[in-house]
Order: sequence, then structure tokens, then C-alpha cells
Amino acid sequence: MKLSFKIAAVAMTLAVGLPLSANAHRTWLLPSSTVLSGSDPWVSVDAAVSNDLFFFESFALKLDGLQVTAPDGTFVKPENASTGKLRTSFDVHLTQSGTYKIAVLSNGLFGTYKDTAGQTKRWRGTVETLAKDVPADAKELQVTQMQGRIETFVTAGKPSKKVLELSGTGLELQAITHPTDLLAGEAASFRMMLDGRPAANLKVTVVPGGTRYRDKLNELTLTTDADGKFSVTWATAGMYWLEATVKDNKPNLKPATDRRANYTATLEVLAP
Amino acid sequence: MRVLLPGLLPTALSAALTGLVWSPAVAADLNVKVEIPRLNVAEYHRPYVAVWLERPDQSVAATLAVWYDVKKKDKEGEKWLKDLRQWWRRTGREVHMPVDGVSGATRPTGDQQLTLSSDKGPLAQLPAGDYILMVEAAREVGGREVVKVPLQWPPKSAQTAKGKGESELGAITLDYKP
Repeated sequence: MKLSFKIAAVAMTLAVGLPLSANAHRTWLLPSSTVLSGSDPWVSVDAAVSNDLFFFESFALKLDGLQVTAPDGTFVKPENASTGKLRTSFDVHLTQSGTYKIAVLSNGLFGTYKDTAGQTKRWRGTVETLAKDVPADAKELQVTQMQGRIETFVTAGKPSKKVLELSGTGLELQAITHPTDLLAGEAASFRMMLDGRPAANLKVTVVPGGTRYRDKLNELTLTTDADGKFSVTWATAGMYWLEATVKDNKPNLKPATDRRANYTATLEVLAP
Repeated sequence: MRVLLPGLLPTALSAALTGLVWSPAVAADLNVKVEIPRLNVAEYHRPYVAVWLERPDQSVAATLAVWYDVKKKDKEGEKWLKDLRQWWRRTGREVHMPVDGVSGATRPTGDQQLTLSSDKGPLAQLPAGDYILMVEAAREVGGREVVKVPLQWPPKSAQTAKGKGESELGAITLDYKP
């Protein structure tokens, strides 16, 4: 049950963090605070896969690809990790002043094929497990690379920018407005980047938390411009969930022929 | 005393001694009276309060006072400074507390006085212009409120300006004179 955190190298070989049925669900990290003061701040983070935001009601999020980046760019080991039935939790000790990035990265394969009986099978795994799990005589094997990034940001003291630098791999959010400096009633600007290049004309969904207690989702559907940029005006203070997905045929894992690159962030908007 | 115990001289006393030197004739004074209301609540904690001057563009010209749990061990009182969220966002997160002459202990209910002089402290470097006095209060297990009072600095004549809070702050009275 103990989690193994692969901190040093979030490799291309990470197991995918979601159950097969999670496609229709929302994945998220929920930090206890995003703006902190004081000399010894901590945050506790919940991680789950659910329908309602931000309620842990379906699955705990696997944290094999958890990567916590400190303001100076080094990786920090999360503490007190535990996995429950419906959520995973861990703490981060914010020993540096500035902005931390908490991310769960995944990069795996998803496949469908027909077995010898003609039954359609679904499979999820890695390049390494493909040969073991999928029979050699599988027919109509179709493999998609699943590249995922689930993020949130927390700041102790003054916001800093080092952790906002992009990796250049998969779908990422480039912050133009600092992600822990968001205010209700104000507009914030971001840019979606795919493999380090602007992701133009991409649909971005933004949903305010608290969906359990209202009838309407109140989601915003935005589209990035030619430069990958988009702007959000936050109606109210609260936690927001942001998501975007690109499907293309540019996988970098064999034998995938397609790729699904997903980006998810939890952002806190404060009252002015 | 000053010669004998330089390291132990309390800030307040030091300020008082320095105060003896300045001439009231050339200095403008700013007196801020902050009413901390008595609240009928089950669990009461004295509010954290920040008092600062903003320029019309909302940039911070000077923090005049921050009242918080300065004495808590391991600087634990600083953990809640971010609850003064407007002050924290505009300037608090940029400075290392405590700040001499600005940090102070939380105050009890009633009228609390803050007296500043233009020949020392934060007003000494303040350019002439329009400002807004901002008073923000945040109370543990309670609410938060900001009261704004505009003023012109330095005053040409004796002035009084008032603001009023509705929940966490009472009357804010600003007396300033050349």
C-alpha cells in the first residue's frame, strides 16, 4: 500500500495513474492552501479521480508520477503519503520561499485489440508490459500514447517563476498571469503549449469547484488563439479545475500510432 | 542609558528619545484612530490589522502598522498574515516581518491610536500627492474587512477624514495637520 515516489526521474516509463474507467472522470490535486505566509508553512494535498469537483467520491489518484518542484527547481520529497479508497493524500513542507509546482505526470500506452475469439479487449500499460500483456496473435491492435500532466501551484511568501518553466514535452500550461496570483473579477492569461510549441485553436475547459451543490456546471469553454493563448475572467473566488486534451498522431512511444495529451490544473482564485 | 545598553534599548524608547529631538514646527503629523469593535461571539480573538498607504494606482506607498501575534513562539503568528489578504498581496509577501516601527502586538477592542510624524518613519520619504489610507482587519474564526480613507499629503491645513467599517472594524478617523 505504501506509495513509491519516483522523484528523481519522472521517466517516460511511468505507469499510467488512472483506472481504465476514468476517462469520463476528472482528475485533480487539491492543495489545502495556495497562498501561505509564516516561517514554516506546509500544505496537505488530496488527489483523486471523481465526477464532482472537488469531492473525493470515486477513486484515489495513483501518485507514481508525483513530482514536487521547489522554487529553486529542485525536486522535493512529499511526506506522509497515504492512499485511501477514495483519495490519496500527502504533505509538502515548504522550506523555501516562493512558488512550488505539484504535478502528477504519466506517460503510457492504451490499446484495443481483438483476441482469437474475436472479442474486443482493452489494455493499458507501458512499452515494457505490452509484450507481456497483449497476446502475440492479437488482431487489429491499435495503440495510443497517453500523456498526462495534472498540476497545481502553491506559494510561500512572494511568488516566483522558476517552476513555471516548461519541460517541452506533452501538453503544458504556460502561465502569463502567475497561477497563485488570481483574483475574482480579474482576467488571467495563459498559453497552452504542446511539445514546447503553441497549441493553437485548442479547447480549454474551466469549471469552478463546488459542483455538487448546484444544478449547472457553470463551465467556461475557451479556445486558444493562433499563439496558443487564452484568457479567463474568474467570476467568483474559489478553486477552479482547468482541462485540455490534444489528440494527434505524433506519439513518441512505439508502437503507438496516436497520442492523447492531457493537461489538468487546479487553480485557486482569491477574493479581492 | 543609551550608551550603557545600546543592544537592549527598546524600539519604543529609542523612538521616544529620537522624538525629543525633532521640532514639531516643521513636521506634519498623521494620527490614525482605528476602532476595534466589541463583538458578541462565542470565540473571540483580537484581529490582525494592517494599516497602509496606497497611491491612486493601488501600489503601496508605505505600510504604517501591522498588528499581529508578534510574540508567538517560532514566529507562528506570521502564519496568518496572509489572511490580511489585500495587504499580503499588495506588499506583505514582499517584506520580512517583523519590521521595526511597523510590527506590533494585536490590540484589544476600543479606539486604537497610531501616531506618525513626517520627519521619521514611513512618512519621512513620502512624496506629496493623493493617497488612500487602507485599514484591513482579519480575525481568527471571524471575518475580514477593509476600510479606505482618502487623503492628501502633506496637508495644507489641519484636516479630519473618516471612514467606517461594518463588521470587523468600527470608525476610522484620520487627523492630520501641517
